[in-house]
Amino acid sequence: MSDAPTFERDLADVPTSAFGARSLTWWGVIAFMAIEATGFALAIAAYFFLMAHEHSWPPEPWLPPDLLAGSLFTAVILLSEVPNTLAKRAAEKHDLPAVRQLLILMAVIGAVLLVLRGFEFNSLNVRWTDNAYGSVMWLLLFLHTTHIATDWADTLVLAALMHTREGEEDRRFTDTSENSLYWRFVWLTWLPIYLLLYWVPRWVP
Amino acid sequence: MSAAELARDGPALHGPELAARLERTWSRDPGLLGWLATVDHKEIGRRYLVTAFVFLALAGVLALAMRVQLARPDQNIIGAARYNEIFTMHGTTMMFLFAVPVMDAVAIYLIPLMLGSRATSFARLNAFSYYVYLAGGLLLWIAFVLNVGPDVGWFAYVPLSGPEYGVGKRADIWAQMVTFTEVAALSVAVVLTATILKQRAPGMSLDRMPLFAWAILVTSLMVIFSMPSVALASGMLLSDRLVGTQFYNPTENGDALLWQHLFWFFGHPEVYIIFLPAVGFVSEITATFCRRPVFAYPVMVMAVVSIGLLAFGLWVHHMFATGLPRVGYSFYTAASMAVAIPTGIQIFCWITTIWLGRPRFAVPFLYVLAFIVTFVIGGLTGVMVASVPLDLQLHDSYFIVAHFHYVLIGGAVFPLLGAITYWYPKVTGRLMSERLGKVSFWLLFGSFQLTFFPMHLSGMLGMPRRVYTYPAGLGLELPNLLSSIGAFLVALAFVLFIANVVLSLRRGAIAGPNPWDAGGLEWATSSPPPSYNFAHVPSVGSAMPLWDGALQWMSGLRVDEKEMLLTTVVSARPVLREPVPEPSIWPFISALALTVMFVSSIFSPWAVLFGLLPLGIALIAWFWPKQLEPTAEPVIE
Repeated sequence: MSDAPTFERDLADVPTSAFGARSLTWWGVIAFMAIEATGFALAIAAYFFLMAHEHSWPPEPWLPPDLLAGSLFTAVILLSEVPNTLAKRAAEKHDLPAVRQLLILMAVIGAVLLVLRGFEFNSLNVRWTDNAYGSVMWLLLFLHTTHIATDWADTLVLAALMHTREGEEDRRFTDTSENSLYWRFVWLTWLPIYLLLYWVPRWVP
Repeated sequence: MSAAELARDGPALHGPELAARLERTWSRDPGLLGWLATVDHKEIGRRYLVTAFVFLALAGVLALAMRVQLARPDQNIIGAARYNEIFTMHGTTMMFLFAVPVMDAVAIYLIPLMLGSRATSFARLNAFSYYVYLAGGLLLWIAFVLNVGPDVGWFAYVPLSGPEYGVGKRADIWAQMVTFTEVAALSVAVVLTATILKQRAPGMSLDRMPLFAWAILVTSLMVIFSMPSVALASGMLLSDRLVGTQFYNPTENGDALLWQHLFWFFGHPEVYIIFLPAVGFVSEITATFCRRPVFAYPVMVMAVVSIGLLAFGLWVHHMFATGLPRVGYSFYTAASMAVAIPTGIQIFCWITTIWLGRPRFAVPFLYVLAFIVTFVIGGLTGVMVASVPLDLQLHDSYFIVAHFHYVLIGGAVFPLLGAITYWYPKVTGRLMSERLGKVSFWLLFGSFQLTFFPMHLSGMLGMPRRVYTYPAGLGLELPNLLSSIGAFLVALAFVLFIANVVLSLRRGAIAGPNPWDAGGLEWATSSPPPSYNFAHVPSVGSAMPLWDGALQWMSGLRVDEKEMLLTTVVSARPVLREPVPEPSIWPFISALALTVMFVSSIFSPWAVLFGLLPLGIALIAWFWPKQLEPTAEPVIE
């Protein structure tokens, strides 16, 4: 044992869990957000590219989508940021009972949003097969729906996990915090899409 | 048990005893299940490498078939339709199944070793990516063997690939193969980005990071921002073909040019996604064989970053022949020429390094020299075709074929072969034969020029790409015959290279940890590295720690659980001890479920819905934490 290297530092005191940019989970979530944001940006670019081919938007004789379902959806998803922030804070304070309740609430909100989303598809007033306008409207709504569905599934699993003994682990609180971060991305990306689906067809002559 | 009692490396636990205990913790289970479940980056990197070379060989055989057909005018050995399939398969395989994955392979293997880490981040995602890549490759090649391989070019332009002209399933298979390789490449990009930013050894601040790691960081970010474009484009193509959307259908006010924009917004960065890792290889090899760090490190880093940015402003130069506004022509010509500036600066930095150093002309370094010569020629023809009038003349001719083979083979494959020769002793513990290496090198260098230089001439004489034959009497006979002879010699050179790889596994000289006397961290561990890479955490004080005597060690990671160190993004100070995921079969099963969903969705859109259920179950099982042990610390996510 005489050939032991000399160590300039012992790392045993370095912590094993952290929130935000110190954790690896955060970087994974950020990277996937970058990928998906690029996808949204390019789909939006395609929307404007196709708009340039039309004399009016929506093209005659189609009507813009009905406002009710989409606007209700927008109101609910904006309000969901309140419990979302509470869940993130509770996770960062390691407040397990609060995290459990808030994750269930978020899962319920996700289910409500998916139902409203179904009505949205029904109120687009165009089918994806009708023309390129219809195709790109369905594309934007479909792309965003995949995000709602993914995060809903993620929240369900996390809520179940937090009700087991696993929920007491530090790392599960990091997971909850990053899940809330991802939900912010989901509703932030919805805002430009809401405008493009419901309002731009009313504003463009 | 309190935290203080947990087994950790340090003054009380080191040497053979530590090695044995770490090996127990990090080695994988034997047998098929262990093989499928492994998350060791070295094993996954090796699989990627072998698989990519199998696809290289397959695509190479197709290239030979084309050269046989084109050796003489008016031949009909391969008919027009089969020829379409063959050049499509050649290009698609080379770009999606060889060039990008092979660079990923080397990075997955080397990056943690170069950074002094025990694993990559998201080790299970890394394993998942390999199976998805393999499934995409199998889909394409099984379809080809069953005579439903794509025949629409590696870029699958609409309307040729659209529902009206692309009848059958050929174009669907192409588009879905793209989806597979995008999922794989994006997963690897996330893994590598997080690894490079968060897992560098203490003291390896950004300005001490190996140039290869810089190149891979920029490459991974480029993948993240460019690959969603082709995924979106091919998704829209599939939906046009399967569920009747009208994205690319001009009669319903869709637009075929939308495809070209989205495809090349990915396709041009793709060229640099292949080239930048090679910049990393060349920098590492040049430094080692000239015995000095690469000249002007900050300038090299800025050049890599600016290539990464400029690459996103060039895509329209692939579309000059479609008719564009004049401002568009001027802008994209200027941008295309501008990218030659950082590339040129890099060339001068390498030449200066060689000039100031004491070069050793071993095989890896010979590939660097071949790279410089060949890539400069390809770069110069690139500047030529950046000019719109010339491009309109040469578009879709063999001049372009010559140009991109000079930049892709000269710019990426030569450095890759140099890199394989250079890092082979690290991976296998043995050196490749220098003599056989020199023979295959000179044969490859000469035969490459013989194959592709005449294509400049046949292109300028007007020979179009992607046409299965050409008439006699136009002066095309000689350049085509030379290209065909050269192609077989290129193949022979590759056979010799592979023979060297295989023979040296048994017969090569024992390498030891650092056979080239190199300066990077990957040479500080044994060859091949143990499953845990490093027994202690290296701590560095310079960019070339093994040269500057600046390598120190830190202790205190756990021994009986897999654990690695996370550091800060800029200055690499230790911040967190992170558990490394245990091996798991679920990434493999998830990839399998994804494959079933993707492949069956070619036949029915409902497959997407039904396929989600098994995929969801597999993913939940993947992420569900393992049973807790009664230890004081969490061990796994």
